[in-house]
Amino acid sequence: MKKFLQTYPENCIACHACESSCSSTYFKVDDPQLSRIRISEAGGAIQMNTCNQCGICVQACPTQALSINAQGVVMLNARLCIGCYMCVAACPTGSMFISQGQTVPFKCVACGICTQSCPADAIRIVEKEN
Amino acid sequence: MKDRNLLAEFRYELKPVDKGYNRRTLYVNVGSNQIESKPVSQQMIDKFVGGKGFDLWLMWHGVKDNTKWNDPENEICIGFGPLCGNTSYPGSGKSIVTTISPLTGIPVDCNVGGHFGPYAKFSGWDAIEIQGKANEEVIVFIDGDKGSVKILTAPDEDTNSHVLAEELIKEFADSPDAHQFVSVVSSGRGAEHVPISCLNFSFWDKRRQVARLKQAGRGGTGMVFRDKNIKALVVKYSGLKGDTNNPEDLETLQKTGLKLHREIEAGDSSQCHMREVGTAHLVEIMNDYDLLPIKNFKYGQDEASKGISSWEFKKLFTQNMPDGCWYGCSLSCCKAVDGFIPRTGPYKGQPVVVDGPEYETVGGCGSNLCIWDAKDVTELNFYCDTYGIDTISFGTSCAFAMECFEYGIINQEITGGIDLSWGNADGVFELIHQMARGEGFGMVVGQGVRKMKEIFAREYGGDPALLQDMGMEAKGLEYSQYMSKESLAQQGGYTLALKGPQHDEAWLIFMDMVNNHIPTFEDKAEALHYFPMFRTWFGLQGLCKLPWNDIEPANNAETDEPAKVPEHVANYVDIYTAITGKPLDKHELIRQSERVYNFQKVFCMRMGKGRRIDDVPPYRAVGPVTEEEYLSRQERYDGLLQSKQGIDPAGKSTAEKMALLRAYREDQYQQLIDAVYKRKGWTPEGVPTLEHLQNIGMDLPEVLEVVKRFL
Repeated sequence: MKKFLQTYPENCIACHACESSCSSTYFKVDDPQLSRIRISEAGGAIQMNTCNQCGICVQACPTQALSINAQGVVMLNARLCIGCYMCVAACPTGSMFISQGQTVPFKCVACGICTQSCPADAIRIVEKEN
Repeated sequence: MKDRNLLAEFRYELKPVDKGYNRRTLYVNVGSNQIESKPVSQQMIDKFVGGKGFDLWLMWHGVKDNTKWNDPENEICIGFGPLCGNTSYPGSGKSIVTTISPLTGIPVDCNVGGHFGPYAKFSGWDAIEIQGKANEEVIVFIDGDKGSVKILTAPDEDTNSHVLAEELIKEFADSPDAHQFVSVVSSGRGAEHVPISCLNFSFWDKRRQVARLKQAGRGGTGMVFRDKNIKALVVKYSGLKGDTNNPEDLETLQKTGLKLHREIEAGDSSQCHMREVGTAHLVEIMNDYDLLPIKNFKYGQDEASKGISSWEFKKLFTQNMPDGCWYGCSLSCCKAVDGFIPRTGPYKGQPVVVDGPEYETVGGCGSNLCIWDAKDVTELNFYCDTYGIDTISFGTSCAFAMECFEYGIINQEITGGIDLSWGNADGVFELIHQMARGEGFGMVVGQGVRKMKEIFAREYGGDPALLQDMGMEAKGLEYSQYMSKESLAQQGGYTLALKGPQHDEAWLIFMDMVNNHIPTFEDKAEALHYFPMFRTWFGLQGLCKLPWNDIEPANNAETDEPAKVPEHVANYVDIYTAITGKPLDKHELIRQSERVYNFQKVFCMRMGKGRRIDDVPPYRAVGPVTEEEYLSRQERYDGLLQSKQGIDPAGKSTAEKMALLRAYREDQYQQLIDAVYKRKGWTPEGVPTLEHLQNIGMDLPEVLEVVKRFL
């Protein structure tokens, strides 16, 4: 099974509420640079970037800090992470995020908190069989 | 932990690394059981930077002018460098080992991966200096979590590295899920008997659940280690994080590392395929360019080399693993063969994990011996590693013995029944097992090419001139596995290398022979100045050379000096400043190296070598020694006689043409040396001038005192 945050850019109104709720939850600050979902309006079209739990980063991690849990979600064990960022480069969707002053990257863990803040039904937690 | 006798213990204060430095080194005398911390002076940092620079400085003061490799005062120094251990930039986990070599009698330096260096550094030490000879087998254990260094007895363990490293990791780790925090330096039974030996630096492979081994390969470090009765060095450090090296500017370091990660992600699969096959990708390239050493460097190309090309090794190497020898190396070149089952020797039939083979091993243990089976090369690689034998010197030494066997200089009566015909892998296996057992003709081959030349001339009537021409060694060290015959610049690159003919100072064959980018003596001299200095810098910092030019930016070919990979040079300048906080530019980078390089040069002179009379290649490295060699490239050589010497080859015998070519090439080599010495700031005898030493800031009194003996 794979649980992930499905994005619907055609519904997104770029209010950035998801970014606020995410960063507030995990970093206790309202900062889009610390969100695990990123909304971009560059170039006119709205783009939504978050982890699709493909697992390529798991293969790239030299310390096995990244692993896939029973729900099919890629989890990062910060205790094992040595901050090399090989996962950041390996991620095909650019959804492993870093921020100044942090040594450990961060990513969406499909917790679904952001979906509660979205007024436009642009994000949903989805579960799929592999 | 096993019941071991504690011979000595030293406790020290744990402190965070400060901008890449601990500012102290560890001294361990295994003979007197003395352990102490030595401060790192500002002069050490300013003049010697770290890594190999610190090693040489410590060793200079530890040995005497007449110290031999097996004297108690000989040292094994292992330095780490200020950039060593950062997890952001690929290739940042190198240790640099130096000792007075049993093969050359002068300092040898080896750049080696594995986790020992970074863990020892983060345990609190910028370098480790080991002296003395233990009365019994010992282990030196550095506990970087608790701040203690112990000398412990080690009477029982198997010496061979693939067994010993794993046993000790399991013994010294706090728990079964903490094996990755322990690293071991060890050698093997071969190193107890033959000087062509090496050290193995381990890293625990969490996925495979085995100890992987990287080699400090050249110059006989393993034999010095075992002669000191050291069974292993063990380090434990559990605190690694992304900022443990405590850089001045973490963000720039991370940004620069991520840029290279992305470059590797995008480019490796279309450039060097390091992630798939490591340096083995070079086998088919060298064969295509007539540069793959075959039959003791006689020939450079053979159809049969397909059997040991990278696609054959790709079938053996497990794919899609983060095979870096230090964390954060996304180039991931250290491939492994899982579940390999040796067909010979004491581990016959037992599944093992084999590191490599890398290009040098494929050249040395494959093509140069006409062994064209990838599994036989893999097995030789396994036994070389676990016995603590250098695959390069082993390959070149066996190739020399096999050529002597072909010519009848030695025969099966002399070899004790071993058939050393080209391609007979069984004979080569017997040699390596004999080296480990300390018996038979393997003990002769294991002395290396220089000793074999003496023995074969003295005992078996071999022609000393022929043996000299075909014996691929200089300064006592065996050549590594590239053909330099058709590249004058590479002849210099090999023969001028301070420790002996290793390609890690300069690899100029494509620039010179293929692309003709350095046509004049002055061009070649400039390359033989710049590249050895640039590559020396990796050894000062604790870095690997491979991420410099085994991956290139997409636009590298459009730059002014693509051979230098300017963007990557800029990366190095940036990460040096980001870590140390000290300004640097590409010119001062070279100057840092120049100081240490000239110090090493003077150190070699102090130990009895290091002058022009020592920079002498065997003719096999310069041109064709035998008629069949000439005839194999007759078109090329006849053409050169015409175009370069103005001699019409028509009507001349092969012997006459060979003599003419030889005179020309040997003269060219001497002219090259003149140009290179001048560029390097040395006299025509190869002695650094006082003016040059002053200019580069290496005019220390002890250095000048040695130099003045030779001026």
